[in-house]
Amino acid sequence: MIQSVETHATLAEAQRAMGSDAIFMAGGTLVMRDVNAGVAATRIVRSSDPVLADIRLSGDGVTIGAGVTMATIAAHRDLAFLAPVARSVGGPQIRNMGTVGGNLFAPHPYGDFAVALLALGARVNVAGQIGAPRPLADVLRERGRVGIVASVHVPRPQAPGDFGFLKVSRIKPKGVSVLSVAAHLPRQGGRIRGARVAFGAMGPMPLQATAVERVLDGQALDAPTIARAAQVAVEGLDPPTDALATAWYRREVAGVHLKRLLERMVRG
Amino acid sequence: MARTPIVFMLNGSERASFADPGQNLLEFLRRGVGDLSPKYGCGQGTCGACTVTIDGETQLSCLTLAESVAGKHVQTAAGLAAGATLHPLQEAFMENFAAQCGYCTPGMLISAKALLDRNPTPTREDVVEAISGNICRCTGYEPIIEAILAAAKGRARA
Ligand SMILES: Cc1cc2nc3c(=O)[nH]c(=O)nc-3n(C[C@H](O)[C@H](O)[C@H](O)COP(=O)(O)OP(=O)(O)OC[C@H]3O[C@@H](n4cnc5c(N)ncnc54)[C@H](O)[C@@H]3O)c2cc1C
Ligand code: FES
Ligand code: FES
Repeated sequence: MIQSVETHATLAEAQRAMGSDAIFMAGGTLVMRDVNAGVAATRIVRSSDPVLADIRLSGDGVTIGAGVTMATIAAHRDLAFLAPVARSVGGPQIRNMGTVGGNLFAPHPYGDFAVALLALGARVNVAGQIGAPRPLADVLRERGRVGIVASVHVPRPQAPGDFGFLKVSRIKPKGVSVLSVAAHLPRQGGRIRGARVAFGAMGPMPLQATAVERVLDGQALDAPTIARAAQVAVEGLDPPTDALATAWYRREVAGVHLKRLLERMVRG
Repeated sequence: MARTPIVFMLNGSERASFADPGQNLLEFLRRGVGDLSPKYGCGQGTCGACTVTIDGETQLSCLTLAESVAGKHVQTAAGLAAGATLHPLQEAFMENFAAQCGYCTPGMLISAKALLDRNPTPTREDVVEAISGNICRCTGYEPIIEAILAAAKGRARA
């Protein structure tokens, strides 16, 4: 049973107000499900800190407040590379409510936006944290213990064709992921340098496909390379079985969908 | 437990009522304020029957904290008709047999209205996208899509 809802003017105050009896709420699309089911914590902590809604472009990247919604991203003229990802999350109402910050903590099969951020090499600014922003992969691994996320810093792809995202679902245009996959493949002189590939719904959290990255690095994005990448797609991943698909099925199709994504990126 | 007084605009008129801690907007509207037009389908965000607009954006009232609408404009299907005159979307739903049991209809109407307010000449794809967060178990969606397109055409003519 919820006993109180607190809205704090700054993230620092919200951070201080957290405790084992409290849950931080952003868009509430997941938190309110638990509240409605009577299984949530006893206190809801929110914050009206303007940092949460801020979108700031810097030279090679963009800092997106954790409270920015999927709909805002989908409509933002400087975030065209993220628009297809934002549009893949839920239906229109969910996109008007659901936030970037909430997506980092959304359990399986959710977290499609986090998959894209992982492939882009995003870093996370945690409220009250001193020092450099943390790699998203670390934050995803320690989900229960990170504190309140203030914003994410996302490197922008140099060329639009360097980044691609694909979500596989059974219900279109709205449905949760059988899996999702994102790839950031910067190229120098036709060769991939610093490949990053991430899968969603293929483990307890969005996961980097390091075996795929190793295959792609230093290569041209051509048919033989794509075939080899598809072969190692599931190395290191641990897909779950749920109502949408078995672990076996996810393992069988992950390489096929990775191949489709990479082929689409070749076509540009 | 302390109840929170909430003052907000509902379909253009100021309203005030008390919310329990953690109460969702759907319950607050239905039980506290007495607007029964938003429906409870799932309480989990999946059906869209509880769709309202908050400051013009469609949101799911079952997943919205009641107190977050303080000072905001909420629109529900109850506000569409002006007295005995139905809203053009309601007329179009009637003409096109877009409601059978009617349970999804208030949510569909609100999603459709939010679309037409933003885009008066939608394509069929725009309509499908706009109602993709609303489930209908009766009509098979085609009559609903036709109704929304018809309402848009009617508007364009007027
Ligand atoms: C019907 C439906 C369909 C959905 N479809 C999809 C989908 O297709 N793809 C997808 O990825 N997700 C989907 N979701 C899940 C969810 O809506 C999104 O992941 C959304 O981005 C979550 O954001 P939120 O702001 O609503 O999170 P909330 O519900 O507010 O919070 C979710 C979790 O994140 C934590 N949290 C939120 N913000 C912060 C922060 N700044 N710092 C630290 N912790 C924080 C909360 O404490 C909580 O544990 C769906 C949900 C529903 C109900
Ligand atoms: S009752 Fe809100 S989405 Fe179903
Ligand atoms: S008319 Fe019955 S659910 Fe749509």
